[in-house]
Amino acid sequence: MSVLEVKNLKKSFGSLEVLKDIDFSLEKGETIAIIGSSGSGKTTLLRCLNFLERPNGGRLLVDGKVIFDADDPRTQKENEIRKKRLHFGLVFQSFNLFPQYTVLQNVRLASELLARERGDYRRNKRKILAQIDVEARKNLEQMGLTDKIDYYPHQLSGGQQQRVAIARALAMQPDILCFDEPTSALDPELTGEVLKVIKGLAEKRTTMVIVTHEMAFARDVADRVIFMDGGVIVEQGDPEQVLGNPKEERTKQFLARYYEQ
Amino acid sequence: MSFSVVTSQLLHSFLINCEIFAVTLVLGLPLGLIISFGSMSSFRPLSWLTKTFVWIIRGSPLMLQVIIVFYGPGLIWGGQAVGRLDAAIIAFVINYACYFSEIFRGGIGSIPAGQQEAGQVLGMTKSQIFFKVTLLQVIKRIVPPMGNEVMTLIKDTSLANIIANKEIIMMAKDFTAMGIIWPLFYTLVFFLVACGLLTLLLGWFEKKLSYFR
Repeated sequence: MSVLEVKNLKKSFGSLEVLKDIDFSLEKGETIAIIGSSGSGKTTLLRCLNFLERPNGGRLLVDGKVIFDADDPRTQKENEIRKKRLHFGLVFQSFNLFPQYTVLQNVRLASELLARERGDYRRNKRKILAQIDVEARKNLEQMGLTDKIDYYPHQLSGGQQQRVAIARALAMQPDILCFDEPTSALDPELTGEVLKVIKGLAEKRTTMVIVTHEMAFARDVADRVIFMDGGVIVEQGDPEQVLGNPKEERTKQFLARYYEQ
Repeated sequence: MSFSVVTSQLLHSFLINCEIFAVTLVLGLPLGLIISFGSMSSFRPLSWLTKTFVWIIRGSPLMLQVIIVFYGPGLIWGGQAVGRLDAAIIAFVINYACYFSEIFRGGIGSIPAGQQEAGQVLGMTKSQIFFKVTLLQVIKRIVPPMGNEVMTLIKDTSLANIIANKEIIMMAKDFTAMGIIWPLFYTLVFFLVACGLLTLLLGWFEKKLSYFR
């Protein structure tokens, strides 16, 4: 069974239709790369998955269970949406670390706040917090940031900040980790270190949806590539096929324009 | 009239200025935050109502507001409702809360939407996002404009004498009526010292918050 199914997803801003009938599914352990020009709806799609935008139509299923149905208001209750978000993690283009907290605090904060809702929080507070701390350090170690845990975000390079953001997203143990152009805000010499850790996650079979402009990276990491244009999925399939030998005219044009630059 | 007697009398009356100042801050800052939420509300009637209120308060002289709070209730309902100092404090709290609210509104609006979104995707509640993520960043950004307001406030407290609160300027004028004018100029020292201390305090606070950007 697919871990994620997106069915007939639609999103408009006023009269502007940004997503028209998006359909795809994602298997556990799979990495999907979404490519396409700006304005094709890639980012809006990720934002819909994370409930930062409310779709106007369609359904989202996680592990076969409907978590969002545009036609069913019962699936759209505000307090439940907060919990449903936790199926997904999102790494932003602009990192969005919390500037007033250290690296370690950034990674721990949300887990600590969520733990307060546990029934046994009062009784086992110390144990729970220690556990969160251990997990956070482990995630940061995985991102190669052990020596930076007490730094504040502004003391780090963009690449380091983005790796903290990845550790922070991982700390919530999402079923599906989404990346919104994770290297677009970085200097070219810093993209490598971020792509490397994402590749490491792919090798560990982390389920991921990556919106990216890095074609070589998509080819290298993704199990499947989706090409979007004008709010629809034009073509999807094996990276070698979509990027090396696309069937659709629009995909060919996009890739030709990309390789020209 | 000896220097030490004048000093002690002026100092004594300056406590009234300090009281108005302190209470206005303690009550006005949280009230200002609440008003800023009102004016930012997505519920149109509430934001419209709040903005109109802020417009009226900011659009009228504080001195007049002090008079209205003091005499207004008596004129409308009869009897003497509020004490002189209480009336002044009420007017100051409302007036300054409106100015504070605009500073809060600007400060909150200046925090990038990405901060809130980051909190949302991590499963935080709205109030957790506000108190754990946004608030300190807002405070850091609004220290300079708040500093301005606070400086103006300590000097504005003298307006309370319009309803015969015996604050420092009123006290000095009493000396003038007795034929000695220098205490009036001497009050300047009190305000300068108070503002000097506030400048130091604000500078310290700003430095305290400089550990992040």
